[in-house]
Amino acid sequence: MAEKIRLQLTVNGEPRSVEVFPMARLVDVLREELKLTGTKEGCGEGECGACTVRLDGRIVNSCLIPAIQAQGSELLTVEGLAEQEHLHPLQQAFHHHNGAQCGFCTPGMLIAAEDLLRRCPNPDEGQIREGLSGNLCRCTGYVKIVDAVKAAAEGGRA
Amino acid sequence: MIGIPAIRKEGRAKVLGRARYTDDKTFRCLLYGATVRSTVPRGILKAIRFGEGIPWKEFTIVTAQDIPGENRVAAIVKDQPFLVEVGGMINHAEEPVLLLAHPDRYLLEKARRAVILEVEELPAILDIQSSLDRAQIIGGNENIFKELRIEKGDPASVWARAAHIIEGAYRTGAQEHLYIEPNGMLAIVAHGDHEDQVTVCGSLQCPYYIQKALMNLFGLPADKVRIVQMETGGAFGGKEDYPSLIAGHAALLAWKSGKPVKLIYDREEDMAATTKRHPSRTRMKTAFDEAGHLLALDIDFILDAGAYATLSSVVLSRGAIHAAGVYRCSNTHIHARAVATNTPPSGAFRGFGAPQSLFALERHLDVCAAQLGLDPAELRRKNFLKIGDTMATGQVIQEKLDLAGLMDRTLQEIGYTEKRRSFAVINATDEPIKRGVGISVFMHGCGFTGSGETYLASVAGIEGLADGRVAVLAASTEIGQGKDTVFSQIASEALNIPMELVEVAQADTKVVPDSGPTVASRSTMVVGRLVEDAAYAFKQALIQQGFLEEPYTPELFREAVRRSHARFGTVKCYTQYHKPPHIEWDDQTYRGDAYPTFSWGCYAAEVAVDTVTFEVKVEDFVAIQEVGRVINPVLAAGQIEGGVAQGIGWALWESVEWKGGRMVNNQMTNYIIPTSVDLPRIRVAFLENPHPAGPGGAKGLGELPMDGPAPAVLNALQNALGNLRLDEVPMTPERLLECMEVACG
Ligand code: FES
Ligand code: FES
Repeated sequence: MAEKIRLQLTVNGEPRSVEVFPMARLVDVLREELKLTGTKEGCGEGECGACTVRLDGRIVNSCLIPAIQAQGSELLTVEGLAEQEHLHPLQQAFHHHNGAQCGFCTPGMLIAAEDLLRRCPNPDEGQIREGLSGNLCRCTGYVKIVDAVKAAAEGGRA
Repeated sequence: MIGIPAIRKEGRAKVLGRARYTDDKTFRCLLYGATVRSTVPRGILKAIRFGEGIPWKEFTIVTAQDIPGENRVAAIVKDQPFLVEVGGMINHAEEPVLLLAHPDRYLLEKARRAVILEVEELPAILDIQSSLDRAQIIGGNENIFKELRIEKGDPASVWARAAHIIEGAYRTGAQEHLYIEPNGMLAIVAHGDHEDQVTVCGSLQCPYYIQKALMNLFGLPADKVRIVQMETGGAFGGKEDYPSLIAGHAALLAWKSGKPVKLIYDREEDMAATTKRHPSRTRMKTAFDEAGHLLALDIDFILDAGAYATLSSVVLSRGAIHAAGVYRCSNTHIHARAVATNTPPSGAFRGFGAPQSLFALERHLDVCAAQLGLDPAELRRKNFLKIGDTMATGQVIQEKLDLAGLMDRTLQEIGYTEKRRSFAVINATDEPIKRGVGISVFMHGCGFTGSGETYLASVAGIEGLADGRVAVLAASTEIGQGKDTVFSQIASEALNIPMELVEVAQADTKVVPDSGPTVASRSTMVVGRLVEDAAYAFKQALIQQGFLEEPYTPELFREAVRRSHARFGTVKCYTQYHKPPHIEWDDQTYRGDAYPTFSWGCYAAEVAVDTVTFEVKVEDFVAIQEVGRVINPVLAAGQIEGGVAQGIGWALWESVEWKGGRMVNNQMTNYIIPTSVDLPRIRVAFLENPHPAGPGGAKGLGELPMDGPAPAVLNALQNALGNLRLDEVPMTPERLLECMEVACG
C-alpha cells in the first residue's frame, strides 16, 4: 500500500491536519480520524446519500471521494451546521416537522437541503423533491422532510 | 399530553448529528469482525481450508467447534446453527460457517476471501412449487414448517348454488427492508473466574430476544448477558430476529480474542444475508350471489419461509387470519402453509404476512367486481363487516365499525367517482398515458396474534429519580417510530406532569424489564398501556407514602418524587400484562379472538401508466385510517407516510432477483426503493375512535400502512389498463409489459 500523506483541510471552519493513506475514503477520514461521526455510511457505493458532505461548495458522497481529493479543501459536515447549541434553521425545521425519524439519513439530507437552499432559496415542492432525490430515506416517505425544507426556506420559525 | 404533536424527544440529537449509532462507538484495541459464508444453497460442509498469502496467526478465528454453549439460535424452533460445523448440513447460500477478526479491515476482507470451503453440493429447493413437490426433503415436516386451517361454515356446500364463482392466483415477491443503517453489533466479553460477562451493543429491535439467544450460545445465566440498544437507523422487522446471529458472532469473536469486536455488515452483505419479506402465493376461490354478496371464500395461502423456521409460523398465522379481510362471509376456509426452501430465511417485515394475504384478497375483489359488473367500491360496500358480525376465526366485532364511512371519506378525498368517469373517457382515446384510480380496504390486528401476549406477559415500569423526574422503564426500542416521545406523552398524561419531567430509559437489559419485542404494532397499545398503568400505580404510591396530594402542580409532584427518593431510595412501580377476561383464543383450532382489536384503513391510489415505456407513476395517494385515539398526530402521520412509501415500493419497483438461491441485485444501485421524486405527497388522515384496550384509547398503527398500498396501486392499474392479469407484485415495467403482451395474445 502507498505511503501515508499529510492531509490538510478546513472542516466546519477549522483547519485540520491528519496522516492518512491517499486512497482512504473521505467518509472514513471524517468518522475515524477526525471523530466526526455525524456523517453516516449507508451503502458505500454512492447511492444512498447518507454520507453527503459539502466539499469546496459542492455536495459529494464522501464514500466515493479519496482523501487526496480533499487536500486543501473546505468541508462542511452536519456538525458544522449549528452555531454551538443554536440549531441551523434547517435543523430547527427538521426537528419541528419530524423530518428525522430514525435519523440515519438526516445528516446527509440536511447537507443536501442546505446546498439546495443555497442554489435555490425559494424552491417549490417539485424543486425540493428534485434537490433531495440523491438522498434515500426509508422511514418518512419524504413528506415531513419536504415540509421541513419548505418551512426553513420560508424562514418562519419552522 | 395525549393527542398533541409533541416534538420528537431524541430529535435534537439526531439533527445535530450527535445521536450515537453502533458504528459511531469505538474502543481502543478494537478488532473488526467478518463472516465467511457458504456460497452454495445446499450441501455438506466437508472441510475448511485457509488459503495462501494471509498471516493467519494474526487472526482470531472462530468455528462451530469453539462454541461454548449450544450451537443453535434460540427461537420458536431451535433449528438454525450460529455456524455450520464440518460434516454439517448447509441449508442456504448465505449460511455463516466461520468468523474472523483482525484490527485491519482491509486485510480482514482479503482473508475472508481466502478461506476455502469444501462442500459436497446437494440438489437444492429454490421455490415454493418445488418445495411442495418434495423433490428433496430439506426441512420442517416434509418441507412444511407450519400448516394451519381456519374454518367457518362450509364453502363446499355453496359452490353448487352460487350465481358466480370466481377464482384467482396471486403472488408477491421478497422485499428487502433497506433500513438505511445496515446491521451491526459491538461485543465485549470480560472473562471471569467462574463465568464470563458478555455485553453486546447494537442496532436492534428486541434486546431480550438477543439475550435469550446468547444465554443459550454461551451457556450463561441472564445476569451475565447484557444487551444494549444503540440508536437504531431503521428496522421495519429486519432487526427483529437476525440480530441474534450477528450479536452471537460478534460475542464469539470477542470471547475468543479477549478484545472488543465490531461486526458491521456492509450493504451488500446485509442485503444478501439478512431476512426479507416472505414471498407468497395465494389461490382464491370465491362465490357470490346474484347481487354480489360474498357467499363463500376458499383461500390457499403459502409463504416461502426459506431455510429455517425462524418466525415463519407466526408470520403465517397473521397472514392467514388477515386473509379474509374486512368482509362478512359465512363460509370461509383458509389453508395456510409455510414451506422450506434453500434460500436465506425469510423474516419479519412490517405487516408480518398480512400484506401478502391482503394483497391477494383486495386485488381479487377488483377482479371479481369487473366480472360481476360492479364498481369495486360498491362490491366492497355490500360485504363490509359491521358490529356484531363474525370474522373467519369466529371473533365477533364488538366495537363501533363504520367501514363504509371510512371508504366514503377516502373516495371523496381522492375524487374517485369523477376520476373514474373522466379517466374512462381519456383512456378510450389513443393517448399513450393511461390513468386509473383504485382502492383497498383492510385491517391490521394490534399486538401479538392469539395468546401471544399472554405468553409474553410483558412488564413495564416507572421509576422515581433523585432529581424529581421519573423514568419510563421498558424494553421497547426507539427505531424511528417515536416510541420515546409517545411513552413520555402517555406517562406525563397519567401523572399530570409536563413531558420534560419524563425520561425514557435506554433499552438495556440491565436497566429495563422485559416488555416483549418491539414488533406487531404493540408498543403503543400494549406496552404503552402498561406504562400508563405503572404511572397510575406510581402516583398512588407517592400518595400512600404521604408525599403527594391531589390536586398537585408539577413542582409539588417533583418535590414528592425527590422526597420519596431521599427517604426510600429508588421507587419503581411495575405492571405486567394480564389477559383481559373477555378475550379467548385456541391455538389448536385457530378459533377465537385473534387480536384484542384491529386498526382499519382505506387507501386510494391514482396512477398514470405510460403504455410505451410501461413506467408507472403514482400521482396521488390518500391514506385514511382508524387507529383508535391518535397519541401524536405528527409522529403517527410520519409512520403512515413511511409505510405507504414502502408499500408503493413493494408494489412497483422493489424486486429481489434470485440466482442459485442468492440475491444477485444486493446493492442499492439495482434494488430500487422510492426516492423523493418517485412519490407523490402522501395524504394522511385519521378517524378517531378511542378503544379501551390502549392507553388513552390508542390502537396500533406501525404496520397498517404496509397493508393497503400494493392492492390500491394495482387496482388503479387495472382501472387504467382494463382487465389484465395483474396478479403479482412488484409490478415492474418488465412484468407489466409481459402482462400486456399476454392480454394482447
Ligand atoms: S454511503 Fe455514500 S452514498 Fe451511501
Ligand atoms: S429517517 Fe430513517 S432513513 Fe430517513
